[in-house]
Amino acid sequence: MRRGARRQQSAYGDGASLGVGGLHSAPGSHDGALVGPSGPASRGDAVVPLDVDCVSVRYGGDAVLQEVSLRVTHGTQVAVVGPNGAGKSTLFKALVGLLPLRSGRILVHGRPAGGRADPVAYVPQREEVDWHFPVTVTDVVMMGRYGRTGWLRRPGPADRRAVAAALDLMDLGDLARRPISDLSGGQQQRVFLARALAQEPHVLLLDEPFTGVDVTGRQKTLDVLTALRDRDVTVLVSTHDLELAATRFEHVVLLNRRVIAQGPPAHVLTTEHIAAAFGGHAHVFQGMVVIDECCPPASLPDEG
Amino acid sequence: MLHWLTDPFLLTFMQRALVASLIVGVLCSVLGCYVVLRSMAFLGDALAHAILPGVAIAYLVGGNLLAGALVAALLVAFGVSFFTHEGTLKEDTAIGILFSAALSLGVVLISTIRTYATDLTHILFGNVLGVSRADLILTGALAAVVLATVLALYKELLLVTFDPLLAHTLRRRPGLMRTLLLVLLALTVVVSLQTVGVGLVAAMLVTPGATAYLLTRRLSTMMLVAACLGAVASVVGLYLSYYLNVASGAAVVLTATGFFVLAYLFAPRRGLVVRWARRGRARTAAGEGDTA
Repeated sequence: MRRGARRQQSAYGDGASLGVGGLHSAPGSHDGALVGPSGPASRGDAVVPLDVDCVSVRYGGDAVLQEVSLRVTHGTQVAVVGPNGAGKSTLFKALVGLLPLRSGRILVHGRPAGGRADPVAYVPQREEVDWHFPVTVTDVVMMGRYGRTGWLRRPGPADRRAVAAALDLMDLGDLARRPISDLSGGQQQRVFLARALAQEPHVLLLDEPFTGVDVTGRQKTLDVLTALRDRDVTVLVSTHDLELAATRFEHVVLLNRRVIAQGPPAHVLTTEHIAAAFGGHAHVFQGMVVIDECCPPASLPDEG
Repeated sequence: MLHWLTDPFLLTFMQRALVASLIVGVLCSVLGCYVVLRSMAFLGDALAHAILPGVAIAYLVGGNLLAGALVAALLVAFGVSFFTHEGTLKEDTAIGILFSAALSLGVVLISTIRTYATDLTHILFGNVLGVSRADLILTGALAAVVLATVLALYKELLLVTFDPLLAHTLRRRPGLMRTLLLVLLALTVVVSLQTVGVGLVAAMLVTPGATAYLLTRRLSTMMLVAACLGAVASVVGLYLSYYLNVASGAAVVLTATGFFVLAYLFAPRRGLVVRWARRGRARTAAGEGDTA
């Protein structure tokens, strides 16, 4: 626990010394409907960025999410924790309107998810993209701007500035012109993050950003979370990492198809809750909780 | 030497053949980049075969064969799009079903025609030397429409090809774009029939694109390189066909295949030789490390 606390402090420290603030102050970021966090729902409003009410999702006959409800207030950083197959990716895909809901509803800033201009950015797991595709790092990050550049239009100077700022923030400036097939796993993850930042979202969904990532990539991602906190961007991160969830996030959602518990980490990450969420994979060993997840259940192809 | 180059094109039909080959070479190669990147080679081949019933019906009612082909190709393209829409069927399954059904229908229709002869065999194997002025105008117009669409929607088509999930979350109509890509592909196949024929369209769609894939690292340059390769292969193939007196479509495809083999061996980054050299060097370095 002490180690975790130290890591938390260093993440904050690095974040503070990081020259951030480029993105939302970039010219052109205040055109259109998708403005920065000073948008329709400011702090304390009744309208929250994400309001998930009793949502159920099924794949085939399988209930992947059962009556999941969450309300995420403005600028909060939430860790969504659960075992493989718990429905973490499914929840994120539902939040961006990629999946039909069996029941319940999802409101983004008070409007149904999947609307024309949801200010939500989703960073999927790396495997979901063909990394041998002939595009450069800049090309990929520029795609984050395509929602704003109209049909038949070329990206303008404002878009290029936003892309440059996102690349800078993710330390990708040197790699900007490289094809993505040249990158390491950690660098690829950073490209995805940079692309999401270029979208200038109100709500950012990161699916397993710490899986298969090197130390630099991990630190970089944590730095970005700190920077986003300063900008009041609401962030949801799915992770297996209980320690990270406990030390770095103010709100934890323990998920296994349904919400086992949610709230402040100390309140949520108790031995009983973890045992309930992880089932046979959680072992209590001399007061420590050990999660054994070597072999994800084969019947659940959905989650990573 | 100069005569050797200019002689073939003193003949009007050879001039038309040259223009038609160039158009088809460029068009197929550009669309072929999407075919290679989205693994749609099977679809291209299927579309080419699926036009057979359209051609047969057009022949029976005495209509324009190209128009018949176009209608059939579009029907199959929309059919594939429809069956895979909600994820009910995988794309290659839907293609397999529609393609064999259309081909069988074509065969049934053709077997009822007693006197079919040259016109239909030309559709199967292509007859670039028989391109009429009217054909050329139609080919050129369709090719211009397809290429202009690819250029205008470059970023939307790139997005849906690279990352359909992002296209969805950015509300860039991925479903519509996918259908559009199918329609463009159908148009390309139809335009190419007269030059290379049903049997060889797939080769023209895949080979220059795959060659360019080995040589480039950006979609825009990949398209440009593929277009150049397609154009050169068309011209070289036509010369070969003239002087060796062989089928022109096949000559074009074989030339393009030659380029591919060269690129596969000698491409600066992904070529076999470079990869071998790299591996060899790594092994030597490791060996030296052991002895040191």
